[in-house]
Amino acid sequence: MLAWFLRRLGQIVPTLLILSVMIFGLQQLMPGDPALTLAGEERGDPQVLAQIRAELRLDRPLPEQYLHWVARAVQGDFGFSWRIREPVAKLILEKLPVTFQLAVMAFLIALVIGIPAGVISAVRRDRPVDWLANGLALFGISMPNFWLGIMMILLFSVQLGWLPPSGYVPLTEDPVQSLATTIMPAFVLGSGIAGVLMRHTRAAMLGALSQDYVRTARAKGLDERVVVGRHALRNALIPVVTLGTIEFGRLLAGAVLTEQIFTIPGFGKLIVDAVFNRDYPVVQGVVMATALIFVTLSLIADILYMAVNPRLRSA
Amino acid sequence: MIRRTLLAALASLGLAGAAEAQTLRIGLREDPDILDPTLARTFVGRIVFASLCDKLFDINERLEIVPQLATGYAWEDPKTLRITLREGVRFHDGEAMDAEAVRYSLNRHLTMQGSFRRSEIGTMEAAEVVDPRTIRIRLKAPSSPFLSQLTDRAGMIVSPKAAEAAGRNFGNAPVCAGPYRLVERVAQDRIVVERFPDYWDAGRVHIPRITFLPIPDNTVRLANLQSGALEMVQTIEPDDIKTVQRNSRLKVVAYDELGYQSIVLNIGNGPRANTAFARDPRIRAAFELAIDRQAISQVVYEGVYAPTAQPIPPASPFHVPGFAPEGRDVARARALLREAGVTGPVPVEMTVPNNPDLRQVGEVIQAMVQEAGFALKLNAMEFASSLQAANRGDFETYLVAWSGRVDPDGNTWTFIHSQGGQNDGKYANPEVDRLLDEARVETDAAARRALYAKVFEISLRQDRSRIYLWHRKNIVAHTARLSGFLPIADGLIRPQGLRLN
Repeated sequence: MLAWFLRRLGQIVPTLLILSVMIFGLQQLMPGDPALTLAGEERGDPQVLAQIRAELRLDRPLPEQYLHWVARAVQGDFGFSWRIREPVAKLILEKLPVTFQLAVMAFLIALVIGIPAGVISAVRRDRPVDWLANGLALFGISMPNFWLGIMMILLFSVQLGWLPPSGYVPLTEDPVQSLATTIMPAFVLGSGIAGVLMRHTRAAMLGALSQDYVRTARAKGLDERVVVGRHALRNALIPVVTLGTIEFGRLLAGAVLTEQIFTIPGFGKLIVDAVFNRDYPVVQGVVMATALIFVTLSLIADILYMAVNPRLRSA
Repeated sequence: MIRRTLLAALASLGLAGAAEAQTLRIGLREDPDILDPTLARTFVGRIVFASLCDKLFDINERLEIVPQLATGYAWEDPKTLRITLREGVRFHDGEAMDAEAVRYSLNRHLTMQGSFRRSEIGTMEAAEVVDPRTIRIRLKAPSSPFLSQLTDRAGMIVSPKAAEAAGRNFGNAPVCAGPYRLVERVAQDRIVVERFPDYWDAGRVHIPRITFLPIPDNTVRLANLQSGALEMVQTIEPDDIKTVQRNSRLKVVAYDELGYQSIVLNIGNGPRANTAFARDPRIRAAFELAIDRQAISQVVYEGVYAPTAQPIPPASPFHVPGFAPEGRDVARARALLREAGVTGPVPVEMTVPNNPDLRQVGEVIQAMVQEAGFALKLNAMEFASSLQAANRGDFETYLVAWSGRVDPDGNTWTFIHSQGGQNDGKYANPEVDRLLDEARVETDAAARRALYAKVFEISLRQDRSRIYLWHRKNIVAHTARLSGFLPIADGLIRPQGLRLN
């Protein structure tokens, strides 16, 4: 077990190294000269440009730039944002809880809507309830986040005046305001995932409901609720859980459009602004951090699988 | 019981509402960059600086230079400027603002690594302290625009003690002599400032706190204002003006900005200038004559933006009144093309920053010039990429705007002079260069305006080096409870005199 764990941990190092080369390389392929962008309306002055290039080591050969970055990144130093001169690590730590809160809330909303809807529509297959649930799921999946977001702002903030239209208040500062600022973006994000979860739950439930053990359970005269809830749903949930984990990982990587619309200062907004401003250290730091989150999550998932399924341990 | 609780809850909400009025919340178009006057470069940053850092001079509604931290100035000779300073001014850290602090700040702007002010005050040779209330600035050469640079970030005076202690991190905790001091900044979320009790002009500062909130989406920014989550927004879109006007609780103010929208023409920058369009001014004249500026402004901007043919805005005393757009004339455009010996549609490409309104402008121009005999291809490009393409000459024509400067030199020299750093089309005419250099040192306003008139006549009417389309507007919207806002063409929100009821 320990040997397996160490081997698995060892695999992470080359993964991250390859990733770091890719992040750095892709960034170089991005059109637009960071010095010109950073110089803004002062870009007409060649002296200013030369100075920016020298200060940010943009005048050095690429391998040197890369090594300089990696050498410091392994010590946890991702450098400074070129735009606002704050440490990248600080920015990441500041934005991570925001995105985490949003992801958890969106995920809860998705679970609360998606799984019951999937179960009900499988049980009531081809009935009006099923059609309605399917219709809503399709709506949730196909509705663009930015459109739904703006419509919600216009309805709940401008017309009804119930919720603040945008912004973010940390949970620790004012829990009620915090929920008020995040409920709309969480719903926008959650509605799409709810649709996906509903469709998968429905398919898995239909499969489970046609299995022999379900027929046996019914033949034994068990209550239908027990048959559906305890026998069919438990088995049907396994692929849904896998899917849910992937969706949650995606939420943590930052909901780019939703954060932009609702002006939530999270991961997604951080990286979008950094890309548009050619703030390379921030782009590199955020993508690396995201990669690290994903690698860690998949390690945790592997450990959990082993815990759940003893057959994997011998492999 | 329940009713009483509800009433109490409502009352406390009401109280909360009254307390809210202690804070003015302003929505900005984007998150400002670093809050260090020496290193900052964004326009929205200047809006925050208007609360944090006072300048030696300011400008008024007529774009005249008026004293702020200074009390007056005199030119001892064309290269020597003497500035007298206000007495009893303190920085946010309690230190006194004196001639030594001014000398320190100017030198910091001039010499600090990464300074964006160096190009603005590069003509400065030295600053000398005459006495604690007087400073003498020596220039390398006479310069008319120099004084106007001191009305912006280059004229902001920082506390030498705080600046020395913080070094390059000064922007995280700036210490100036403005009406407000920084409380906190959360990147991409908010910047909070509070009233500075020892401000030299404290009688004109009425609002205890200001919070700046960057909200990039136009619709969402406006929604925040409509729902009462903001008291003021820095800018709204022209097509939202009517929405705001219909709302009795809101007010909108639209006023000219200092800058312009233009089309840069690549005349001599690299191989892509090797076209008939780049070689023959008659073809470029035909292109310009095919464009109806008023119609574009009407279609895309509700007719709010004022058509122009020159880079100097009407608000400026240096605006050349007689130099106006020629008006659309397709017949003359066709005749010019025939005269130039062109047969068949002239292929031209226009690089357009990838914004919805600018793409629409491009499409309208495309339709207009087609009637005159041009096949215009639009190349929509993300802004940072388009800047780079323009800089290295990878374009034929480029739709680009300039935010504008108070002094006309800032709207002309760097774009039209052959040595100008933002002359991306590489237009060069020695006579125009000479006139621009002369305008730079001319101190008589009327004579200077006459020089610019000549520059435009040659570089625009004769050589057709660039097409100016319109002067945009600053469109500020705010709650009707806010009063005392002073619209000045630089688009800044000056907190002095603002009241929130």
